[in-house]
Parts: sequence; C-alpha cells; structure tokens
Amino acid sequence: MSFRKLSLGLAVATLVGGATLPAFAQDSVYVPLFTYRTGPFAGSGIPIADGMHDYLQMLNERDGGIGGVKLVLEECETGYDTKKGVECYEAVKGKNPVIVNPWSTGITLPLIPRASVDKIPILSMAYGLSASARGDIFPWVFNPPATYWDGLSMIVKYIGEKEGGLEKLKGKKIGFLHLDAAFGKEPVPLLQELAKQYGFEVALYPVAAQDMQNQSSQWLSVRRDRPDYMIMWGWGAMNGAAVKEAVRSGYPMDKFYSVWWPGEDDARAGGAGAKGFKMLNWHAVGTDYPALKDIQKHVVDKGLSKAPKDKVGELLYNRGVYNSLLIAEGIAQAQTVTGKKVVTGEDVRRGMENIKLDPARLKELGLEGFTDPMALTCTDHNSHSPAFMQEWDGSKWVKISEPIKPMTEQVRAQLDAAAKDYADKNPGWPKRSERCDNQS
Amino acid sequence: MLYREAGQFKTNYVADRAIFPLREDRIGLGLIVLVAYSLAFLGNDFLLQAVLIPFLVFSLAAIGLNILTGYTGLLSLGTGAFMGVGAYACYKLMTAFPEVNVIVWIFVSGFFSAGIGALFGLPSLRIKGFYLAVATLAAQFFLQWCFIRIPWLVNYNVSGALEAPLRTLFGIPIVGATATPQTRYLVVLTIVIVLTWLASNLVHGRIGRMWIAIRDMDLAAELMGIRPLQTKLLAFAVSSYYCGVAGALLVFLWYGGAEYDVFNINQSFFILFMVIIGGLGSLIGSFFGAALIFIMPIVLGIVLPAIFEPLGIPIAAETIEHLRFMIVGALIIFFLIVEPHGLARLWQIGKQKLLVWPFPY
Repeated sequence: MSFRKLSLGLAVATLVGGATLPAFAQDSVYVPLFTYRTGPFAGSGIPIADGMHDYLQMLNERDGGIGGVKLVLEECETGYDTKKGVECYEAVKGKNPVIVNPWSTGITLPLIPRASVDKIPILSMAYGLSASARGDIFPWVFNPPATYWDGLSMIVKYIGEKEGGLEKLKGKKIGFLHLDAAFGKEPVPLLQELAKQYGFEVALYPVAAQDMQNQSSQWLSVRRDRPDYMIMWGWGAMNGAAVKEAVRSGYPMDKFYSVWWPGEDDARAGGAGAKGFKMLNWHAVGTDYPALKDIQKHVVDKGLSKAPKDKVGELLYNRGVYNSLLIAEGIAQAQTVTGKKVVTGEDVRRGMENIKLDPARLKELGLEGFTDPMALTCTDHNSHSPAFMQEWDGSKWVKISEPIKPMTEQVRAQLDAAAKDYADKNPGWPKRSERCDNQS
Repeated sequence: MLYREAGQFKTNYVADRAIFPLREDRIGLGLIVLVAYSLAFLGNDFLLQAVLIPFLVFSLAAIGLNILTGYTGLLSLGTGAFMGVGAYACYKLMTAFPEVNVIVWIFVSGFFSAGIGALFGLPSLRIKGFYLAVATLAAQFFLQWCFIRIPWLVNYNVSGALEAPLRTLFGIPIVGATATPQTRYLVVLTIVIVLTWLASNLVHGRIGRMWIAIRDMDLAAELMGIRPLQTKLLAFAVSSYYCGVAGALLVFLWYGGAEYDVFNINQSFFILFMVIIGGLGSLIGSFFGAALIFIMPIVLGIVLPAIFEPLGIPIAAETIEHLRFMIVGALIIFFLIVEPHGLARLWQIGKQKLLVWPFPY
C-alpha cells in the first residue's frame, strides 16, 4: 500500500528532518527572519532581507551578539506568500524564537491571534493591522514607528503647509492611487474624513493586484480628472509602474507623493522625469553612520553579506537595518528588564514595551541622526512617530522637510474604533493579563 | 504474495459491485484511516499544522475540482473563487448565528458555494473545453472583486480580512487561536473522510455514471436520456460544494484568518495542477496530487539542507526555494512523461502488478 508507505515515509522524513535541525546551544538567542528573496516582490524583499540580516550579523561579529549572547539567525523564505509564511511560522515555532517579523500583511493577520497563545511577539514594522498599535488590546503585536493613518495625515499636512495652511486645501482635488487590497484601502476612510473637514475633494484610483504593472487606465483617469495632488499607497511592482506612468502621462512629479514603501529602483523606473517625486520616510539613507560603517567592515567586507556593496545603505536596505535595530533593542531591553542573558519570547515582549530610542541611546548604538527618537510603552505599541518627506533628485533621495507630526486627534479616533471593532468581533479576545514594566 | 485475489469468492452481486472488492484493500484502507487518526497523537505541531491539515484541505478541494474536471470533463479555473465563497459564507454564518455549532456552518457554507458554482456553470451547456475555462475565469475575477469590494462580507472589518472567532465543539475550542493543532486536525480529518466517502458513493453510483457519460461523449449521453444541463449543473454544484467546504476549512481550521488574496487565480491553478498530476477522474489521485504539489516542497525544504549541510555546503533559504521549484517542476514533467494519466494510474498499475507478483503472466 504505497499510500500507507507514503504517509509513513512522510512521518519518518519529518522526524528525521526534525532531528537534523541544528540544536541550538543554551547560550544563544534564536531570531528567525522571514524574508522573500524569490517571487514577484523579491525586488523589494532582497534589500530588506539583506539589511535585516547584516545588522544582526554585525552585532554577532562586532560584539559577540547582544549582552554577550550570540544571536542565531535563520532565514525562512516566504516568497511573500501567506501559505509559505504560515509554514515558516510553524517551522520556527518549535525552536523558541524570541520574535517574528512576517514582512507581509497577509502573513501577519493569521499570526496575530496566535501570538498570545504561542507566546511569540510579532514585529510588523509599519504594516500589518494598524489597530495593533493599541498595546492594551494587542499586547503581543508591535507595529512601530507609525501606522498608515499617521502616514496619510502627515502627507496631507505637508501638502497643506505647501499650500499655506490646511484651510487652503478647500476646493482642491487630491487623487489617491492605491493597491486595491486591505493595505491600500485602509487610509481611505481617514482621507475622506479629512476631505470633509478641510473641504477638499478626493478621487480614488484603485489598482487591482493583478494589474499592478499596467496602470494605464488609472492614469488616463488621472489625466482627465487633473487632481492637484496625487498620493500613492502601493507596494512591489506597483510603485515603479506608477512612477513610470506618471512620467509618461506628464503628471507634475513634484505633486506626486507616496507612503514609505517605494525604493530607489522604483523611482529610477521613471528615468530623468521622475525628479521631484516625494515620499515619506523615517530613517536615513546612506552609510554615514558608525553602525552602518561597522556593517561594511564586519559583514560586507568579510563576505558574510549577500548584498552587493553598492546596495548597502540604500533605502530599503536601511529599512531592514531599522527593523533589526528594533529586534536588537527589544532583546537588549528584555535583558535589562529581566536580568537574564538568554531571553525568551515572553521576555522580549516586555523588552519591546521598554524600547526607548532617545538621541543618547541612538548615539550609543552608532546611529545618531539615523532616525528620529521614538519610544514604545505598554499601551502604545506604535509610538506614532513623525516621518519626514524626501524627494528624488534623479539619482538619490534627498531629505526635504523636518519631521512631520501626524494629526494625532483624527488618527486616534480611527485607531480606537478599529481596535474596539477587532475585539468586539472576536468574542473571547483575551483581556490583557501580561505584566507591564513601563507604566506611562 | 500477500496481496492477491485468489480465494476471495463473491457470492452475490452486492459483493461484486463493492468499491473495494479485495479484502486486502479494505484492510489497507482501515489501516490508513487508523494511521491518519493516530498521527494526531504521534505527530508534532509542525507535522499537523503545516503539513497534514493543509494537505487534507487541498485534497478536499482537489476532489471537488476532480468531480468537475475529471469526472464530468468540464475545465474550471474558478476553484479559488469557489473556495472563497465557502469561506466568506462560513464567516457570515458563524458570526451571524454564533449559537449554532461551527461544524454545521462549515457544511452549510458549501451550499452557498454550490449555488454560485451552478450559476457560473450555466454557460457550460453551450461552451466547452478551453472556452469554458475562460468563462470560469470570469467567475474567478468577478468573485475576487466581490471579496474586495463588498465590506459586508467581512462584517465591515477595517482590515478587510476574515478573522476566526473562538468556536468550540463539546467545549473544546476547534476554531480560533486557542484551538490546538491536534483538535483542528481531528476535525479536518473527520470532515474530509466523511466527504470523501460521500464523493466515492456519488461517483460510483447513478450520478457519477451520468457525469462520466457526459464527459466521454455528451451527444451520446443525451441520446441515452441523460439531460446535459441538469447533469452539468449538478456537477458544478457538487464540485463547488466541496471547494466551498475546503475554503472554509482553509481559513478557519488552518490559517485562522486570511485576506481575499488567498483565493486568487494562483490558488485555482494550484488545485488544477494537483488534479492533473494526481489523475483526472480519480479520488485517490486527488490525495496523491495534493501530496506531490503541497507536501513534496516541504519535504525537500527539510531534506535538502539535511543532505548538503553535513557535506559542509551551507544552503540559504532562497536557494532551497529555487531548488524546490526546479525539483518539483522536473518531477512533474517526469511523472507526466512516465504516466500521462497521473499518479492514480501509476498506483493502479502498481496494484495490478502486485496482484500477480511474484509470478507475473
């Protein structure tokens, strides 16, 4: 009976496979990195994966880990696919990971309810479920440094300032080009509310996931409607295609804004015409920081990195570095809070709530000026940090504004409604019982 | 030797018509079921949650598509969407009537999928083959559009995603985050066994013969008194029912929460490949197909590093992914060259050879 043999063989294979997995020494901390170096989103995924890996590897090489404890890094390839992501989660779960970072909203959603059961914190950095910013309802989920609502309010605020005040937006038309998925639609209610408040008009241009590379119909509508400003909420191939189409249809690039996901390659897609394209960002590009220099010295030059040398310091690479900075801080704070060296997922959850990246700490980490100070608390798992606007000058990103604070009041309302909604629709959602080391 | 027909006499027609006429087959089947249930207690979480539960879910969806494509000969590319209908229907039902047990709703949600499936099956009377595939492609895109655009389907969730609320059976959580892989597996396994048994009876009975008649030559079938419209629509309905239940299981007993994107066109192709590799018109083939397409990459992901790492060749996660693609692709081509009728046919040949072994004639 070969079916029987098959299932038997399968069971044996799994057991054998399970046995051959490296047994981790007691004096190390296991950090799985969910990455996607394959598939349709690999263009964005590779630099992020390199950045995440290289920073933590640098800590291993330079300091021997965190607090003297080596980090065991393992990448799991998700291909940005929910199926494989969930498989990755199950594969790493047994090895006591201290934190997981799914790097896909689709993978984050199924993991959120499991986090509290499996005692593994989730770091979904500025993606995932915005409502999970509420630490009192989602003690195991962290999504710093800003939600999409924060991002949208910053862009609107910036546009308003350019016009000479938010009230000057009255009568203007703002186009919103977004991926037609939960991610892209999330800011829409807030945008409509702001439109009502400030009297501007909103035109929505949804892009279906399968048409990401072909946006000619949307840009035809843009040309017809002539919005005064365009805001883009895209990911993967959509960003590059949008920049290209905007250039082709002659849309003034200096009025084209995006949330924080396009990379250099996306802007380059537009050629020389893409000059003036603006996007939000919360961390620096380039390698003029001691920590990044250390990455070059200890990791890249030693051939331990997969990143090509000239890609180190690019936008999405540094995004990966920032992600790992949060992981490392979470572990370091967990060590401080618990006094243990080898921390667990539960400890890191407490550590994450104690993250405080003030200028002094950033300097200590060799990242002075890399990003704006931020801090997480038990109730605020997001920090709603300000981001700045940067502009594409044809070859690189140039910071063009001071940090812009989000419109806290409007965002807060959205957030509370969404968090309450989530808890209401999931009867039996556990009340927070996790301890808090940071009452404030 | 052990597996042979000699000495097993059938003394009545019922015994002769049995689906498993051989005693060894019946024992084997019993053993498989026994092993499957015992794996719930022997297997670790990874085996249950990441391998066996999805394997069973995809097998069920493959059975659904096999009824349509394998037994009735109607090519469909809307499987993913029909699975989605089941999942969304189940979500609406279980949140609207939380007092009714979720198992009931999983079975009921299939009927919504069946209705939608039959609706999109209407053109099948007029169009055939690849043209029908294009018509079902319309179902895929239209339904996916609905999943995104109708917030009512997700109870106006801001995230736009399906979430699995806590549901219990006899006081034990089976849906929701606190449900253990063990209980989930047992529930999925039982549902899949029940539905497979039902499908087996369907395809071996009058209805199945009607489907096969339509598949083999619809004109001749019509002349024999089989009404094509009703038969084809029934095939669409039953097929979509299975897909719908599989979709509900996928979201609530496997993922525990999902976005609309889970039910995209790739999912449809995924299931279609399982059916083609496994064997068109075979229930066991659906299981083989699901195993080859879904489980083999996972096994490769575990086995490849185990082979190479002792040799001192470190393998990165993405290299494994590339190797998986290459090996699975090569194996698919290999199997299709060796046996174009799928793994089920290989299995059948193997059994026939075994019957006369060691004295083949």
